[in-house]
Amino acid sequence: MIDVVDLKKSFGKNEVLKGIDIKINKGEVVVVIGPSGSGKSTFLRCLNCMEDPTGGQIIFNGVDIADPKVDINIHRRRIGMVFQHFNLFNNKTVIQNIMLSPVLCAKSDRRKAIIHNLFSKEKLPVKSVNEIKKAERENAMKLLERIGLEEKADVYPSTLSGGQKQRVAIVRSLAMNPDVILFDEPTSALDPEMVGEVLELMKELAQAGMTMVVVTHEMGFAKEVGTRVVFIDEGVIKEENNPKEFFANPQNPRLKEFLSKVLI
Amino acid sequence: MNFEAKINKFLEILIDYKGYVKVIEGLENTLKIAILGLLIGIVIGTLIATVRVIPKYKRLPRILNSICTFYVGFFRGTPMVVQLLLFYYVALPLMGFNLPSVSVAIAVFGLNSGAYISEIMRSGIQSVDYGQTEGGRSVGLSFSTTMMKIVIPQAVKNILPTLGNEFIVLIKETSIVSFIGAADLYVAFNSIGTNSYEFMVPYLAMAIIYIVIVCIITVLIKLMERSLNKSDRRS
Repeated sequence: MIDVVDLKKSFGKNEVLKGIDIKINKGEVVVVIGPSGSGKSTFLRCLNCMEDPTGGQIIFNGVDIADPKVDINIHRRRIGMVFQHFNLFNNKTVIQNIMLSPVLCAKSDRRKAIIHNLFSKEKLPVKSVNEIKKAERENAMKLLERIGLEEKADVYPSTLSGGQKQRVAIVRSLAMNPDVILFDEPTSALDPEMVGEVLELMKELAQAGMTMVVVTHEMGFAKEVGTRVVFIDEGVIKEENNPKEFFANPQNPRLKEFLSKVLI
Repeated sequence: MNFEAKINKFLEILIDYKGYVKVIEGLENTLKIAILGLLIGIVIGTLIATVRVIPKYKRLPRILNSICTFYVGFFRGTPMVVQLLLFYYVALPLMGFNLPSVSVAIAVFGLNSGAYISEIMRSGIQSVDYGQTEGGRSVGLSFSTTMMKIVIPQAVKNILPTLGNEFIVLIKETSIVSFIGAADLYVAFNSIGTNSYEFMVPYLAMAIIYIVIVCIITVLIKLMERSLNKSDRRS
């Protein structure tokens, strides 16, 4: 689904990613771990071009989205992203947060359909704006019910707890029906007692067959939910393996050292 | 003449000789120039501020950015009186236009406040956490949609007090439009003064009117701030 070829990224003279090759298949849960400053977050952020790669290719559904000529916004709709600091829209209520992008996309499709109908004999169906909003609202409500926050639909994010915010952020990315969701340390900014609810939701998604790339420090999650674990250090992939082998039988000396520090 | 007699003289001209017609016309022009100028300024300022925060990898944003720098430099670097005179007596005649002075004043006030508001707006946009932009871009919104729907509404909330300040400055600055012959509050009260050879009371009354307008604006801004802050409130 995502095919990363020789991905490079520099900030000024500082080369953070020095050529990463990885293939992410449908239904996989790829967990990326590594020491801080290793480039794991940068790698994840390059996957949907939040950071523009300085070299290499990212082939997503057959299109190289690292190419600046590609309209990245269309592809980002198919790639969800969940951030460490949630990044919910503070000026929108919870349900508006979820509906915003789907409604805007549907509206822009509607405009295209209307223009198409003007010039062509085959007529495309055109929904009214109210129908679009109603459908997306129902969809958003279903997603909120799934995480048990339906009574929070009309409050602003500032009233939610960290765990609730992150779960809303996850369903916000789900609302676009993405092919893959990227998680950038989704539990690092949470109180310890909120971590569980977020990991539980992520586990549910994984079991439902969602393709996921997760940067995390939760080794338990990597072991239990991951289908593949990748160790990034000094801007390259030092080791990748299935979780069982990865933790039981690490090969790379840096990885051995890292695991001895994080696994007590 | 004692003070009471002066007031009587002023009231006589204001009411009996229809001085209030000029005052109302002046008030109307003052408010028209300040309000329309502010609205034009907000539109121009927001556009310039947006150009200034676009990432500058490509050529077009860089060119736009230097145009905006020149624009802001010109309008902040010259006094508004000079800009009024330049537009009314130099630029428009050269282009062959002949506009009423109030319209020229509105345009110049808009262009001028646009330069100031662009800087206010830029600091407002930069005060919004970059995560908000990232959140918007990550769900597939374009840069401009993210700005319009997410960042600028939050920026406006942050800069509302400063924007109110700019509006107050504009209201008071309108007293210079008589340079190009537009009839504002100053012109109205000045003519009452010239008719009675007595300036003390008219100018005092003018000052009071300005203060009252500014107080009303202050209250309105407070109310707006309160209603915009509802997303911060923890209910």
